[in-house]
Formats: sequence, structure tokens, C-alpha cells
Amino acid sequence: MRQIVLVLIIFLLVFLGCATTQERLLDSDASQLQLRSIQTRAFDTKDKVKTLRTVIATLQDLGFVIDKADSILGIVSATKLENYILRITVTVRPRGETQLLIRANAQYNVEPIKNPELYQQFFTSLEKAMFLTAHHAD
Amino acid sequence: MRILLVLFLISVFFITGCQTIPKDALSLSPEARVLAQRQLQTRKYQTPDEAKILAACAGLLQDMGFNIDESETKLGVISSSKTRSANNAGQILVALLTGLPAEREQRMRACVVTRPVGENGEYVAVRVTFQRIVWDIEGNVTRSESLTDPKIYIEFFDKLSKAVFLEAQEL
Repeated sequence: MRQIVLVLIIFLLVFLGCATTQERLLDSDASQLQLRSIQTRAFDTKDKVKTLRTVIATLQDLGFVIDKADSILGIVSATKLENYILRITVTVRPRGETQLLIRANAQYNVEPIKNPELYQQFFTSLEKAMFLTAHHAD
Repeated sequence: MRILLVLFLISVFFITGCQTIPKDALSLSPEARVLAQRQLQTRKYQTPDEAKILAACAGLLQDMGFNIDESETKLGVISSSKTRSANNAGQILVALLTGLPAEREQRMRACVVTRPVGENGEYVAVRVTFQRIVWDIEGNVTRSESLTDPKIYIEFFDKLSKAVFLEAQEL
């Protein structure tokens, strides 16, 4: 009995604990298509710079400090420290003639955030600042 | 004994499985708090020249010992950081009393964001935010936080006003 328990504990530690470096590096365990749709919304505007500025202002309202921003690539990265470390990268790129696609991906301490609810909250905050509705991209 | 084992197994599950992310990590705090925070961290200056204000901010951050990490004029962003000792008398006393390792160093970050405001963009709003991570002598993170003491922001904008020869106005 005791041996079985011991084996079970070791098993748990090994299998729950670690993935391979390749899996960690490429996050290949996640369904990347599904994640992309959770992380992406479309907005009816063509103004990339104004949108990026709104993203930056929203991140500041959410308590983030901006790490870097690039208007040509349409990228903003930011960090929130609240006894945890939350990093987020937001990209803005054109979609068709009338829309911009905004994608956000975030990590909480050492874990990627995959919870759709949290991304929804981010886009809800962004909608308010943009005065525009976020459309699901697909 | 068996109960202990079960408890242990459950804790293994929880610790290795996943951390819970605070529900409000990506949602806005109540309006009043967001507004108060924004007002504390923001001043506006009567000038259409955003680049001039941004350059003054870069100079001011240098005066305060920060190194510029990133800047993007087109979006009005400068981010900067510095590493400083976290030692002070109080810290050492606390460490002696509690036996916990003393805090050794801290990485402090400051970010300035400017944007044109007003009907015709006749103002430039400046928002500055500060945060820091503190490590103890063993290299563990002891604190990671936003710095929200109003005095910090008042001093920053006092200095900025002097640097640009303009009066800072509340939002």
C-alpha cells in the first residue's frame, strides 16, 4: 500500500510538474487556433495610431506600466506588478479595408493565460475607451 | 496518517497544477478609483508640441537616474528603469527582529505616456506610472508593486513643470 502511494506521488510530481522544453517553448500543447480566437477582436476603425494610443491608455487604466511600443509594427507590451507579474502584448493590424484586428496575449507569473473570461474583460475595458464595439474575428 | 496522505496529494495537485489568476487582473476597478488614479498620474500642459514635452520627460527621467529602455515618439511612450539598493535602517531592523532575509535591491521602472488632448489638440496630457520589484539577499522576489504614493507624482510633475516652463493643470 505504502509503495503504491509513493509511486503515485512520484508519478504526480513528474507528470503534473513538467512538460518538455519544446512544449514550454512553443506552447504546442494548446490549441493555437482556439486561443487565437479567444485573444482576438475586430474593431471598425482604420486609425492604427489612435487605436494604439487608446490601447496604451486602457492598459494604464488597468494598472500596467508600458514596456515598449512600436507604431509601425503595431505592438504594445506592458507589465502589471500587483504581488504578481502580469505581462501582456497587444498587437494591432489592419483587416480588410475597414477594420483593425486587435490581439492580446498575456502571462500570469509563469503561466500563459488561456481563460477566455480574462481576455473578454480586457476587450470590454478597451471597448469603453474606443467608443466602439469589439466583434469576434471569425 | 491516511488523511495526511490525501491532503498531501491534494496539495500536490494544486501546487503543480495551476495558480489561480485574480479575477480582476484584466478588468477595470470601479470608475471612481480608475478616475482618481488617472488624475493622480496625469497633468496637462498647454502646448501643441508633444515631442517637446516627451523630450523634457526623457531629460527629467535622466535627472532622476533612470535609464531609457524604450521610446516611441509616434505613440508618445518612454519607458525607463533603474536598479537601486533596497537597504534602509528600517529594513535591517525588521530583518533582525523577524529573522527573514533583508531586502537587498530593487528594480524601479517609470513609464511616461503623452497624448494630445483638447478640442484642437492644444494640450498635451502626460501620464507617468511607477512600479518596482524588490529582491532579498537570497535573490527571492519579496515585493512587486505599483507605486501609488501621491507625493511621488506631485514631485515628478513639479519638476516637469519647471523643465518645460509651463504650468501643470489637472485633467
